[in-house]
Amino acid sequence: MFAKEKLEELGREQENWKTLCLQKALDKVKMKAEHFPKQFYTPLDIREFDHVKELGFPGEYPFTMATHSTAIPAEFLVGARARYSGFGTPEDTRDHFKFLVSKGFTGPSIAFDLPTQIGYDADHPLVKGEVGKIGVACCTLRDMEVIFDAFQGLPLENLRTSFTCNAQTVIILAMYLALAEKKGVPLNRLTGTTQNDILKEYIARGTYIFPPGPSMRLVADTLVYGTKFLPRFNVMSICGYHIREAGATAAQELAFMFANAIAYIEAGLKAGLGIDEFAPRLSYLGGCGSHFFGEVAKFRAARRIYAKIMKERFKAKDPDSFRLRHPSGNANHTFTVQKPLNNIVRSTVQAMSTLLGGCMGGGHAVPYDEALGLYTERSRRIADDTPRILRMEARLGDVIDPLAGSYYVEYLTHQVEEEVWKILEKIDSLGGAVAAIEKGYMQQEIARSAYLYQQEVESGKRVIVGVNKFIEEEEPVEGGMTFEATVEERYLATLANVKKERDNQKVLRALERIRQAAAGTENLMPPVIEAVKLQTTLGEICQALREVFGEYQPNTHL
Amino acid sequence: MEAERKIKVLVAKPGLDGHDRGAKVVAYGLRDAGFEVVYTGLRQTPEQIAMAAIQEDVDFVGLSILSGAHLSLTQRVLQNLREKGAGDKIILVGGIISPADSAKLKEMGVAEVFIPGTSVKTIAEFIRSVVKSESE
Repeated sequence: MFAKEKLEELGREQENWKTLCLQKALDKVKMKAEHFPKQFYTPLDIREFDHVKELGFPGEYPFTMATHSTAIPAEFLVGARARYSGFGTPEDTRDHFKFLVSKGFTGPSIAFDLPTQIGYDADHPLVKGEVGKIGVACCTLRDMEVIFDAFQGLPLENLRTSFTCNAQTVIILAMYLALAEKKGVPLNRLTGTTQNDILKEYIARGTYIFPPGPSMRLVADTLVYGTKFLPRFNVMSICGYHIREAGATAAQELAFMFANAIAYIEAGLKAGLGIDEFAPRLSYLGGCGSHFFGEVAKFRAARRIYAKIMKERFKAKDPDSFRLRHPSGNANHTFTVQKPLNNIVRSTVQAMSTLLGGCMGGGHAVPYDEALGLYTERSRRIADDTPRILRMEARLGDVIDPLAGSYYVEYLTHQVEEEVWKILEKIDSLGGAVAAIEKGYMQQEIARSAYLYQQEVESGKRVIVGVNKFIEEEEPVEGGMTFEATVEERYLATLANVKKERDNQKVLRALERIRQAAAGTENLMPPVIEAVKLQTTLGEICQALREVFGEYQPNTHL
Repeated sequence: MEAERKIKVLVAKPGLDGHDRGAKVVAYGLRDAGFEVVYTGLRQTPEQIAMAAIQEDVDFVGLSILSGAHLSLTQRVLQNLREKGAGDKIILVGGIISPADSAKLKEMGVAEVFIPGTSVKTIAEFIRSVVKSESE
C-alpha cells in the first residue's frame, strides 16, 4: 500500500519532527520522550499494510471488514428483540415474557436457575435456597410449555429463542423440540440458539456436570442431530464472553474461544460431518472490555483469524463457513456497584466498540444495574434506546468498518492477531483445548490475568472511576436482587404434582434407554426427547447420565 | 506474642454459583499479603465448608457468593460451624450484597461484608485488625 520512498520520506520527516517540534515542547516542561506512551501512529507502524490481503471487502475473505456485504440501514432497525431474563417459577417468567412481548420483544433469551443449569431438580438437597434465583427453574417439559405460553399468538418458528444452557443442552433442546412437535411446528422451521459451549464452563463459568470427554460426546451428538434436523437452529454458540468476564485479556478471550471452537469442530468432523455441513451454523458470543480502540481491533482481528482457521486449518469451501457470526455483550466486569449510573456511560462506550467493530447486532447495551442484579424497567429502557441513539441519531452504523485504514486501529488489529496465534500455538502444543483444560492451563492463565488486573486497580495504575479514584458517596439506585420467598415452595409443589401425574413405569424405562444409549455410541437426542415427553425430569436424566459418565472434579490448586 | 504462625484463611464458594474470579483474586491477594490461604473450589455445601474450616484449622472463613443465595447459605455455614463446635471461626462474606442484606448477615454473626470494588488490601487490613483486637 505504501510506496517505499514515501515511507522513507515519512521516516525522515518524523525524525525532524522529533528534534524540532517534540524536543522543544519537552524541554519547556522539562520532561523526556520516555515519559509518554506512544501518542500517534503513522504508516511507519503498519509498513506492510495491504488492504486487499488483510481486509478484503465486506463479506469477503478474510472478512476483516464485515461478515456480510451490506450493513442493515438504521431505519430498518427496531433495536433489541431479546433481553437475557428469567426468574422464579415458569409462571413468573411467563408473565415477565408477556410483558416483554408487549414491548416488541420476539427473541426470548432464557436464563435458567443454577439447579437447572447443573442438572439438579429443585427437590435435590444440594440446591436448597437456589431455586428460581438468577434464572427460571425448568425441570420438565411442562415447565417449558408454561414459559412459552407467554408467546401465544406468535408462531414458535418466528421466535428466535436463545437458551443459556450448556452441560444439559441435550435435555433443554429436547424439551424445546418436544414443545415444537406438540405445537405442530416442523423442526426444520425452528430458529434459535442453545449455548452448548461446555468447554468454557470448565474454564470460566462453572456450570459443568460431566468430565470433558463425555461432554464432548454430547456436543457431537447435538451437532450431528442439529445438522440433520435443525437447519435454521444454532445448536451452539461458542463464547468468549464468559472467558473475558472471568478475567482474560482481549487476546486470551479470542484465543481460548477459538481453541474451544477448534475442539468442537474436530468433534463434529470425527462424528462424520463435513465441515461445510455444520460450520455455517456455528455462532459465537464475544466479550468486551473498556479499551475502546483495542476492542474494535479485537473484533476485526477475530473475523480475520476465524476465516483463516476455517480456510487453512479446516479447508472449508463455503463462504458461510468463514463468517464469524459474533454478537457481543457488554463487559459486566467493568460495571461498578459504586456510582452505578456511570455504568450507562460504560455500556454506551462498549456498545460503540461492538458497533464500530462490526459485531452482529452491534450497539447492544445492557442495563446499568446488571452489576446489582436483575434489571429494572427504567434501566431496560435506557439499554434498549442506547443502540437506537447510536445508530439513528449518531449514525454510527451507516458505514461498514469505519475505522479501517486508521494506522492505530490497523496496528492494534495486527498486534492482537499475532498474540492470538501465539496462544493458539501453545494450546496446540498442549494437545488442544480439552487437554489444555485438563491440565488447568486456561484456568490458570485467566486467574493470573484477573489477579494482574486487580493489582493494577489496587496500585492505581488502572483507574476505575468511583472505585479507586473520584470516590464520592451517592444515593443507592433502585433495584438490585430481591427474591420472593415463596418461589421454592410454589415450584416444589408443582414439580411434585408433575411427578405424581405421569406414568412412572414409562419414565423408568425411558431412563434405562438413556443409560444404554450413553454407554454405547448412539445419538442421545432421540431417547432424551422421548424421555422429556413423558415428563421425565432434567434431574433424573442428568442422574442417569452421571451414572454412566461420572462427574467432573476440578482442580482447586491456587 | 504467638510464634510465627501465619493467619490462615479458607476462601470458599458455597452453593452452585460458578463465578470464582473474585474468590481467586482474593485468595491470591491474601496469599501475597502473607496469609496462609486454602481455596475450596466450586459448589461446596455448607457442611463441606464447615468441615474444611475445621480440618484446615483456619482462623477466618471467607464466603464468596454471587448468586443471590447469600442469606440462606451463610446461615447454614454458621449453623454447621456452631454445631461442630467451631463457632469461633470468623466469617467474612463477599458478593453482590445490598446494604439491607449486609445488615442481616452481620446480625447472623458475619464479621464483615465486602462488595465488588473492595480492594484486597482492605480485606487484609480488616483481617489483621480483627486478629490484633482479639490478641489484646
